[in-house]
Amino acid sequence: MSNRFTDVASVKNDLASVDYLSDEGIAGVVYLADRLEKPILVEGPAGTGKTELAKSVAKMLGARLIRLQCYEGLDESKALYEWNYKKQLLRIQAERGESQDWDDINDDIFSDDFLLTRPLLEAIRADDPVVLLIDEVDRVEVETEALLLEILSDYQVSIPELGTIEAKQIPLVFLTSNNTRELSEALKRRCLYLHVDYPDIDREKEIVLTRVPDITENLADQVARVVRSIRQIELKKAPSVSETIDWARTLVLLGVEKIDEQTAAETINILLKYQSDINKTLKDLGSADGVS
Amino acid sequence: MTLTDDTESEPTPAAVGEPLLELLNGFIIQLRAAGLPVSLTENLDAMEAVKHVPLGDRDTFKYALAATLVKHYNHWKAFETVFEVYFSLRGPEYSIGDETELGELQDDDGQDQPDGAGDQQGGGGDNLSPEELAEMLYQALMRGDQQMMRGVARQAVKRYAGMEPGRPVGGTYYLYRTLRNLDLDGVLERLLEQDQNNEGDDEDLSDFEQRLQKDEYQSRVDQLQKEIEAEIRRRLVADRGVEAMAKTLRKPLPEDVDFMHASREEMASLRKAIYPLTRKLAARLQRKRRHGRKGPLDFRRTVRASLSYGGVPAEPKFRNPRPHKPEIMVIADISGSVAAFARFTLHLVYAISGQFSKVRSFVFIDGLDEVTQYFEGVEDINEAVHRVNTEADVVWVDGHSDYGHALGVFWEKYGQDIGPRTSIMILGDARNNYHASESWIIKAMREKARDVYWLNPEPNSYWDTGDSIVGEYAQHCDGTFEVRNLRQLEGFVENLA
Repeated sequence: MSNRFTDVASVKNDLASVDYLSDEGIAGVVYLADRLEKPILVEGPAGTGKTELAKSVAKMLGARLIRLQCYEGLDESKALYEWNYKKQLLRIQAERGESQDWDDINDDIFSDDFLLTRPLLEAIRADDPVVLLIDEVDRVEVETEALLLEILSDYQVSIPELGTIEAKQIPLVFLTSNNTRELSEALKRRCLYLHVDYPDIDREKEIVLTRVPDITENLADQVARVVRSIRQIELKKAPSVSETIDWARTLVLLGVEKIDEQTAAETINILLKYQSDINKTLKDLGSADGVS
Repeated sequence: MTLTDDTESEPTPAAVGEPLLELLNGFIIQLRAAGLPVSLTENLDAMEAVKHVPLGDRDTFKYALAATLVKHYNHWKAFETVFEVYFSLRGPEYSIGDETELGELQDDDGQDQPDGAGDQQGGGGDNLSPEELAEMLYQALMRGDQQMMRGVARQAVKRYAGMEPGRPVGGTYYLYRTLRNLDLDGVLERLLEQDQNNEGDDEDLSDFEQRLQKDEYQSRVDQLQKEIEAEIRRRLVADRGVEAMAKTLRKPLPEDVDFMHASREEMASLRKAIYPLTRKLAARLQRKRRHGRKGPLDFRRTVRASLSYGGVPAEPKFRNPRPHKPEIMVIADISGSVAAFARFTLHLVYAISGQFSKVRSFVFIDGLDEVTQYFEGVEDINEAVHRVNTEADVVWVDGHSDYGHALGVFWEKYGQDIGPRTSIMILGDARNNYHASESWIIKAMREKARDVYWLNPEPNSYWDTGDSIVGEYAQHCDGTFEVRNLRQLEGFVENLA
């Protein structure tokens, strides 16, 4: 059992010290992942700080972050390991002329020297503390998910020519998903599940205060309140936390001290990315009761 | 909602140690009964997890269970309900009977003044008059004081809910009675007025500011309502026991909610569920399309590529496959009972309209109208659906379903547009009010079209009972499907594209 953290509260505090404001749920799951030695599957709307969580945990532990960005067509040679066949060829050619057994060469070219490590294997073999981030895991095909299963449940990688490589130390593993497809049961079963949603108003305000330098408490409060109201409208894409932060930064740059309807209308394109959403929101916020 | 009452609660039942595993087992059985797929591994994980968290901390305990047991966001609500019931605070003060005795017990720590700080608001206040309670409510909402809200909730439930021990109910009625007496809408109005007057000295609040203020109060009111619900639930659990309550409160998961019998609340959650679902479906279909097999050998490009290998065709090139994109015609019954079903199907079909070469839609009750234009160039499908419901001309005589006449109109006006690549989807329960079926039209359609499918939102066992004549139509269709919930609908549409 690894003991990176003493209790849930300390996780929360440490995360706050690297400017990531977590809540009970997030801190609790991170703490459990460490205790149970299980990966965390983080799901939630875009821009709620899923990737940021992994980065912040790495930062707070002083660990190296190893990141595997998933995409369609990701395969073994990009995710796990690959044999450096050019080097292998050179090796064979260098031996030519000298009398050596085939078996020797065969053993030799499938050794550690000729292995190119890719993120997953690298995380397993690392001597220093690492945090492994498998980003947007929902982008790979269902079949490719199987590549991850061995490493997620047993923290080992089997290479037919070499045998099984076991982890020297259990890394903290984060998988993020934007939920564009259902992940397989097998994958989910191996992970702790964490759903990161939009923060509530108090947390959002805190986030704005930490992330945006020079913002006044009053403005941060207003920002959080406007964003909450906008999120209640049925939109194609609700404003994310990162967009909230961008908006707050803009307001600070523009020297706004108090958000009125005029300012909101002029800068709302930072929060919302669809014209239809913008129109709907302006109409809605302009009336005291709300249309929806 | 946070419920870490450490002031007046009995410890959660989990705190007693060994029986914990047994309790957890029961909890997981309840989860499974609510439809959550909890595997054995997950069960073991949960047992392992709770060893690592302080049991006194209810929130952490809850998240530990959630992280190991709930692997799907849609299941969160079901989990929460079971959790609240199973691990609710149980103590003598929640029993329904014997109000007076308990009142006395608690009176000593009560402070009747609304400005009395903090924790002990919860227990006291039994001697308040209704006016005082209303004033307390007003104060609590104005300041957003959580402790005070909890106290008000407790008092209100005690006073107004009129709970009777032993009645097998879920608490909706008690909630209604409590809320009616509190008149939250009135309080909300008063709060807003107050605000207007307060700041009215300098200038009037703009609409925008008023709106923000209202949202703020609204969220406090929602919170209060949750407190009241929790309070009622706690009392019910104390009265009736965990299993019985979990059973009463069990609700189908969103993807299993029956279209025909969805409550208003469930309808709202369905509407929310449909957008991510369509997005998922579209992504999946696109992927399926892209990863289909390769087309035939492209001779020209192969020769061209061979030039870089000195004329050896080392790298064969293939044509990109051109998968068939079906043309869809949706003919939907939008009369009363099946309207919701039609709405969701239209929504889904249009959300993935990129997967079809053309989508045309028609709605009918006893008359029939084409509504394709409502969806064209519209970004917000909800609005289009709304226009369909209000503007389409679908009533011919009396506004009772007449499939025969509607199909007749369709055949006469649009029959010539059906081509060999058209798939036709007919949505409806085929309850024809004993009009003529005109099922020959379906037969004629099928001869011209690629496929004709009938989707029926009624359970299979109701088909062909009463005035349902789906069987008569079904014999001419390529397939008849029961589509009662989102899960079935998603499955059907995926196969279609």
